[in-house]
Amino acid sequence: MSFISYLINGISLGSIYALIALGYTMVYGIAKMLNFAHGDIIMIGGFTLFVVMNTLGLPPLVAVLIAIAICTALGVIIEKVAYKPLRQASPLAVLITAIGVSYLLQNVALLIFGANTKLFTSVVTVPAISLAEGQINISGETTVTIIASIIIMIGLMLFIKKSKAGQAMLAVSEDKGAAELMGINVNATITLTFAIGSALAAIAGALLCSAYPTLTPYTGAMPGIKAFVAAVFGGIGSIPGAFIGGILLGIIENLSKAYISSQMADAIVFAVLIVVLLVKPTGILGKKINEKV
Amino acid sequence: MAMLEIKDLEVHYGVIKAIKGISFEVNQGEVIALIGANGAGKTTILHTITGLISSSAGKITFEDNDITKLPGHKIVYLGMAHVPEGRRVFSQLTVLQNLKMGAYTRKDKQEIEDTLKMVYEKFPRLEERKNQTAGTLSGGEQQMLAMGRALMSHPKIILMDEPSMGLSPIFVEEIFNIIKEISASGTTVLLVEQNAKKALSIANRAYVLETGKIVLEGDAKELMNDESVKKAYLGE
Repeated sequence: MSFISYLINGISLGSIYALIALGYTMVYGIAKMLNFAHGDIIMIGGFTLFVVMNTLGLPPLVAVLIAIAICTALGVIIEKVAYKPLRQASPLAVLITAIGVSYLLQNVALLIFGANTKLFTSVVTVPAISLAEGQINISGETTVTIIASIIIMIGLMLFIKKSKAGQAMLAVSEDKGAAELMGINVNATITLTFAIGSALAAIAGALLCSAYPTLTPYTGAMPGIKAFVAAVFGGIGSIPGAFIGGILLGIIENLSKAYISSQMADAIVFAVLIVVLLVKPTGILGKKINEKV
Repeated sequence: MAMLEIKDLEVHYGVIKAIKGISFEVNQGEVIALIGANGAGKTTILHTITGLISSSAGKITFEDNDITKLPGHKIVYLGMAHVPEGRRVFSQLTVLQNLKMGAYTRKDKQEIEDTLKMVYEKFPRLEERKNQTAGTLSGGEQQMLAMGRALMSHPKIILMDEPSMGLSPIFVEEIFNIIKEISASGTTVLLVEQNAKKALSIANRAYVLETGKIVLEGDAKELMNDESVKKAYLGE
């Protein structure tokens, strides 16, 4: 029975990774850049929630909406100020800038909120479920996290398949110049991608801090890196890939903690990544791109 | 008043001046050929017209609109389509998705369906392969797809960059027949080609480009008989 509990907790943690990885993978797929500041947007989302709920005393749902709005705006501003001027620059320059933005966000949070760990009040008000005569307990956070991530992934896939903006994203991800020739506003499409990715980061932040109720300026860093691993694991650029990668990573991490060693769990996670990339360099669902000249 | 007018256009790549002040015009209903060797600046000119590259001097006017500084995606809405060099189809998307992408600027679903039918009539092969991803098509089929995709926007003028490049002689023949058809149906064509003989055979007028400058212009039939053109571009 404890195995099932570990598994469910792993899926729950994995769902959070999946939400973060979706943002990573969308931005990578469309703007062809790794936004290493993505994890820190989660942290900003967490602090926004903290301030809105604890200082202003607003209800959790309102707080989540405000956090989504702030993170979306932040994502769009970061893209405009830091990444857009580098559209023609080498990928390395953009990568270094992203790392810079990451440190900037962490240090701004450090300046405003200090280094002390804040205790976070959960935004989830759903009651826990008890199964098998109390042998398996599923917390409200777990239920909400899993359901939210499934709905968001399906929503994203439908958005890309059915909406005009989604089709524009597909075109931009393949060839920006050709997309422009179709009448697609490439810059606006990239901005929209950052907005969606950052909104997802805010939701991930709310769920992450509810499940693990501590908050520091570095809260987003490690989940950010792991979600990046999840995105690569699943095949970077692929939305279902990010989802599957996230869930698997969460399960592997939790089972390693339970059965092997809690200190070694992170090492095992990264070792699995290395093995997967050796066997299948494009990740689980990644497509091999044949470029025809 | 010309439909498309390029005046004293200059384009720089960094410090290098690629286009050194050229002027030309395209009238409604014409087929105009820009011919010249590799590196003469033909592709650069097309990219500058459709807004993928910005000019450093000069003016581009399309149907009384100054489009010199207009971003590329807005120019498409005015009725200009560009079939880029190397086709640049969306290789991960299906043929049908590519064609639908071509109609991105249009809203009326019925009109889009009608244009799609027209494109399928012109290129029956595209209909046969509509659910195939574009990357699996042959070079000639990709060229057809790129042209069909451009037609999907229902353009007034269509810019074609090296449509015959890398194609087998049979496909070259077919592509040029289709360009003639497109012109006959009332769409103006600006054609960039290295295959000067073919281009001159279907064009009304032509401009000969050499290292960023127009060195010769005139009636296509006359240029075909011009000694210097024959020697440099027709291989006679």
